[in-house]
Amino acid sequence: MSENKSSTDEHGWTPIKDGALDVAAIRADFPLLNTPFHGKQMVYLDSAVSGQVPQPVIDRMDHYQRFEHTNVHRGVSTLSQEATDRFEEAREKVRGFLNAASSKEIIWTRGTTEAINLVAQSWGRANVQAGDEILLSAMEHHANIVPWQMLAQERGAKICVIPMNDAGELILDDLDTLITPRTKIIGLIHVSNVLGTINPVKEIIAKAHAKGVPVLVDGAQSVPHMTVDVQDLDADFFVFSGHKLSGPTGIGVLYGKKALLEKMPPWHGGGSMILSVSWEKTTYIGLPGKFEAGTPAITQAIGLGAAIDYLQGIGVDNIAAYEHELLNYATEQLSKIEGLRIIGNARKKASVVSFVLDGIHPHDVGSILDHDGVVVRAGHHCAQPVMKRMGVPATTRASFAYYNTREDVDALVGGILKVKGIFG
Amino acid sequence: MSDPRELYQQVILEHNKKPRNFGKLEPCTHYAHGLNPLCGDDIEVSLVVEDGIVKDVKFQGHGCAISQASSSLMTVNVKGKPVHEAEIMVEQFREMIRGKLDPATEPHSLGKLTLFQGVKDLPSRVKCAVLPWATLHSALEGKDDASTE
Repeated sequence: MSENKSSTDEHGWTPIKDGALDVAAIRADFPLLNTPFHGKQMVYLDSAVSGQVPQPVIDRMDHYQRFEHTNVHRGVSTLSQEATDRFEEAREKVRGFLNAASSKEIIWTRGTTEAINLVAQSWGRANVQAGDEILLSAMEHHANIVPWQMLAQERGAKICVIPMNDAGELILDDLDTLITPRTKIIGLIHVSNVLGTINPVKEIIAKAHAKGVPVLVDGAQSVPHMTVDVQDLDADFFVFSGHKLSGPTGIGVLYGKKALLEKMPPWHGGGSMILSVSWEKTTYIGLPGKFEAGTPAITQAIGLGAAIDYLQGIGVDNIAAYEHELLNYATEQLSKIEGLRIIGNARKKASVVSFVLDGIHPHDVGSILDHDGVVVRAGHHCAQPVMKRMGVPATTRASFAYYNTREDVDALVGGILKVKGIFG
Repeated sequence: MSDPRELYQQVILEHNKKPRNFGKLEPCTHYAHGLNPLCGDDIEVSLVVEDGIVKDVKFQGHGCAISQASSSLMTVNVKGKPVHEAEIMVEQFREMIRGKLDPATEPHSLGKLTLFQGVKDLPSRVKCAVLPWATLHSALEGKDDASTE
């Protein structure tokens, strides 16, 4: 934790008070939350778009950049060896975070989107043929739609969709018929970035595996809110981004089962991923380097490792419990506002609340809230098929993280009442 | 940033609530469909142009109060005008929103449209105000789609 604060334990982590988080101490770690915004205290309710970064993560990247940096996996210099060690330690932290069986199953990418593109193009091109089917859920983010559509168009394959109900829960009654002999892969969002729905991925994976179909889980919105165990889920691929997790942008992860990754051809070619190169032939190294051509985002990978340390220091289960309470409070308070309708009422939700106001467009809501220092997202949230299914052109979305408070919820509610006042 | 309440004035709120010339002209001589891919605002503009005059114009679609009111006031202002004057308004409106034309000191033919001047202080909303105008421009140019990107 930051040096100017005393309420940390001997490991430097904020202690948990009486089963709840010491949110005041946590908030002190976030420079941006303590910087005036339009002359007011910032109320950041947009962590689903990107999480704020705490000082220890910033400090770790700063230290690496100042005192430890050179390229990794190159040369015999002590500096290079140590940079490589720090970089590989971060990979090991990700392995532990996901409870993967081996750090060879952890591939660095630029983010969730690149990780899905890697699978669609490497695994997909090797396995998807004309007439095959790719099964996606009705609540996917564009990142888990477009790469598959591109592959489907290239191969003459077909995209099929698992439907959802009005509450924003997947309808799984017909899953056995939706998974056909032509289904090659299932792409599934773990937690909806719009609706907050926590999908029963373990159950869906079990059904898919019973028919021999692998599943890619988009965990961009789940890892910030809950403990994920890829072996327990039995996910074939699991992807996420560092920046949703209080880490930096430009770094993300593809987890894949070793047996699958080993069979996949490389995606990007270049330095670092080769065993030998001649004009006649190139041979490739094994996992994970086979998928990591060129100089990786070293600083960001180390930063992501530090973000994982930070979250584990607080305790991901503690975060989940705290955010659950905050979600309940927000849902209760927002539901009291006349003319406000929450979009996404699944029984199991993470701390994301999308809503619409009668007769007032979300962009107008967002602009007026912004002036009050309340940062939310307004729009289609990179999920246009979800908007269409729910019959709305856009929503306003408040997303809550472990550094948010009930006061933040109250500020949101106050802002919405002001919007209603302006629009009469 | 200016107080958004300065922008959300009565005229804009009223045009948002009761947009003028809402709908689609069929048949029409000019048509374009405008999209803002960042936020999903979606506007269709159809016109009947005869002898170089905008005889009729309608819009339909969905978007925020700024884009709806901008569309509505646009149709009111270009209806009955020669095409070349409408094109001048497109240019002047864009310049005003980008802060390059100060309607208080420079000549213009924008009339009530100067109400949107405050948008220049809300960079995230510039495209909302400009989308209908970009779509009108595309329609007059004979292109059938427009985008803010």
